[in-house]
Amino acid sequence: MTEQNGHVPVPRDGAGEVIDVRTGMFGAQDGQDTSGYGRLVRTVRMPGEAVRPYGGPRGGGAYGVFDEVADELEGALEEQGLLPSNAIEKTVVDRGELTFHIAREHLVRVCRTLRDDPALRFELCTGVSGVHYPGDKGRELHAVYHLRSLTHGRLIRLEVSVPDADPHLPSVCDVYPTNNWHEREAYDFFGLVFDGHPALTRIMMPDDWQGFPQRKDYPLGGIPVEYKGARIPAPDQRRSYT
Amino acid sequence: MSTAPSGHEAPGHGTAGTRETTEGTVYTVTGGDWDEVVSSVRRTDDERIVVNMGPQHPSTHGVLRLILEIGGETVTDARAGIGYLHTGIEKNLEYRTWTQGTTFVTRMDYLMPIVNETVYCMAVERLLGITDQVPDRATVLRVLLMELNRISSHLVYVAMGGTELGATTVAVFGFRDREMCLDVLELITGLRMNHAYVRPGGLAQDLPPGAVDQVREFVKKLRKNLVEYDKLVVGNPLFKARMQGIGYLDLAGCLALGATGPILRAAGLPHDLRKSDPYCGYETYDFEVPTVDTCDAFGRLLVRMEEIHQSLRIIEQCLDRLEPGPVMVADRKIAWPAQLALGPDGLGNSLDHIKKIMGTSMEALIHHFKLVTEGFRVPPGQAYAAVESPKGELGAHVVSDGGTRPYRVHFRDPSFTNLQCMAAMCEGGQVADVIVAVASIDPVMGGCDR
Repeated sequence: MTEQNGHVPVPRDGAGEVIDVRTGMFGAQDGQDTSGYGRLVRTVRMPGEAVRPYGGPRGGGAYGVFDEVADELEGALEEQGLLPSNAIEKTVVDRGELTFHIAREHLVRVCRTLRDDPALRFELCTGVSGVHYPGDKGRELHAVYHLRSLTHGRLIRLEVSVPDADPHLPSVCDVYPTNNWHEREAYDFFGLVFDGHPALTRIMMPDDWQGFPQRKDYPLGGIPVEYKGARIPAPDQRRSYT
Repeated sequence: MSTAPSGHEAPGHGTAGTRETTEGTVYTVTGGDWDEVVSSVRRTDDERIVVNMGPQHPSTHGVLRLILEIGGETVTDARAGIGYLHTGIEKNLEYRTWTQGTTFVTRMDYLMPIVNETVYCMAVERLLGITDQVPDRATVLRVLLMELNRISSHLVYVAMGGTELGATTVAVFGFRDREMCLDVLELITGLRMNHAYVRPGGLAQDLPPGAVDQVREFVKKLRKNLVEYDKLVVGNPLFKARMQGIGYLDLAGCLALGATGPILRAAGLPHDLRKSDPYCGYETYDFEVPTVDTCDAFGRLLVRMEEIHQSLRIIEQCLDRLEPGPVMVADRKIAWPAQLALGPDGLGNSLDHIKKIMGTSMEALIHHFKLVTEGFRVPPGQAYAAVESPKGELGAHVVSDGGTRPYRVHFRDPSFTNLQCMAAMCEGGQVADVIVAVASIDPVMGGCDR
């Protein structure tokens, strides 16, 4: 299905980065397992590191826009005396999108380079989105940035992962002031602490809220509803197939 | 906070009066009590006054709270307080199937529901790898509906922006014409708002009979009505006096603050994702991206009015290229098993389909049941889809862990990002111009807070 479109096919097993291992079925955690489904094991793998050439947004295996961006970024970092492999932990090309996994200590430098280098010119940051992978030990919290270059008409993604025990990463507000509110939002929902942010306070939830609502271990809540005599459980208590 | 009543007014929520707090004297204004407030403010020697506008102020576009520090009539500091309409849509999506997601996202920015649905579906389709399999008819209809939505959103902007300046006639005109848009949307989707019409893989239903004629009729009527706005709004000296030079934000400021959409185009940059990063076949449509370089509220008005004209052009082109065909991908593992049929109570199940699954094919019944209750699985990975919404770049970052529910969905809503410009637009200006500046951002709190 995917190969016909020229997209990079998603590996079904074997390849990719393991982020979680799930067991059981239907979300049942308590009680005796009489179904046998409890012995099911599913390994969740996200697309893994890509090899050169990266191609471009329309796919294909040849040298493309993504290679240009990667070359320029690596070259620009080298010029600044920074070994690219130290800053860029991993490069993923999946579904026509390019993702650089950046070490958090180099995030601001990478962003500044991406914005200011004439060959890169990613002027517009479309904010930061948090993702919580509780099964990915030591890299539980991810901050995902999408950068758009109006000059060159390109879009790339930066991903920074931090451990739950030390959820600090530098703020990129100095480079992209638009991230002011976005970082507050990511802090509010995920507890990602953006060091250097001018005023990192909650933005959506009340100021005195406890916990970080969009983490996976934070319950959705809700109450069961009775409809025509049947009791429909709250959304997070319903049967889950994942 | 300590609360010590002063004067004869009983302090409390919802009643006018003054009270002393650790932060200073707090005046609660409910209207009709201005004399009292003015006289008590006159007694204090504190020049610095913080005005809390909203979150229930009629001119703040829903539940936006503006915190203004004023010296005289001048705003020295302006901050926006948001979150009053946070409904946890992103979290809720993680507990529903991929298809059910459209029902949630359509409620985010309620003035552009179709755009929300489309960007979400585009991201899901990219994750599924079926972007190229979405039938042409579905894509053309998506474009048509998105442009209709752009028009209705801009009309609300004109109507509400006019109301906030005290021009109620504009509001009547705007909502009259928006109602025509909503009539068309209702005819096609069944609902005026919150349609959940765009689904991963295509559309929920095909066009009903007579829809094409009604859309053509709508285009004709709106073209005629748009002339009135040129006289009443664009050519109106009062609007010019209130809006020209107000809410100034130049191109550098726009890019730094991430402002997109009409704000950016009013600063002179013709950046429109429909042209610069086309989706849904926008590169094949003939339309202009209007820009002005005034960087002010009036320029944003001009851009939006011209965009309405351009959207009408796109709608006409959509109608011309509509070919009969399916509106959902052929993959039966994704496509909803049955089209709905019109029952005596409005929409209902297709009786033919029920006859088939209940009477003749047990496999079809199982398939229907599994697809509707369990949903389809989406291969692990992440995708970002972006569209040019009426307000700017609307992005959807969707992550899948290979399950039947989204692992994480984040929306980069233009209202949220653009509202950050409020401070830059308002500080140093007059209090009355704050209203104009905020209206020119066109924020919708449903999208901003999600």
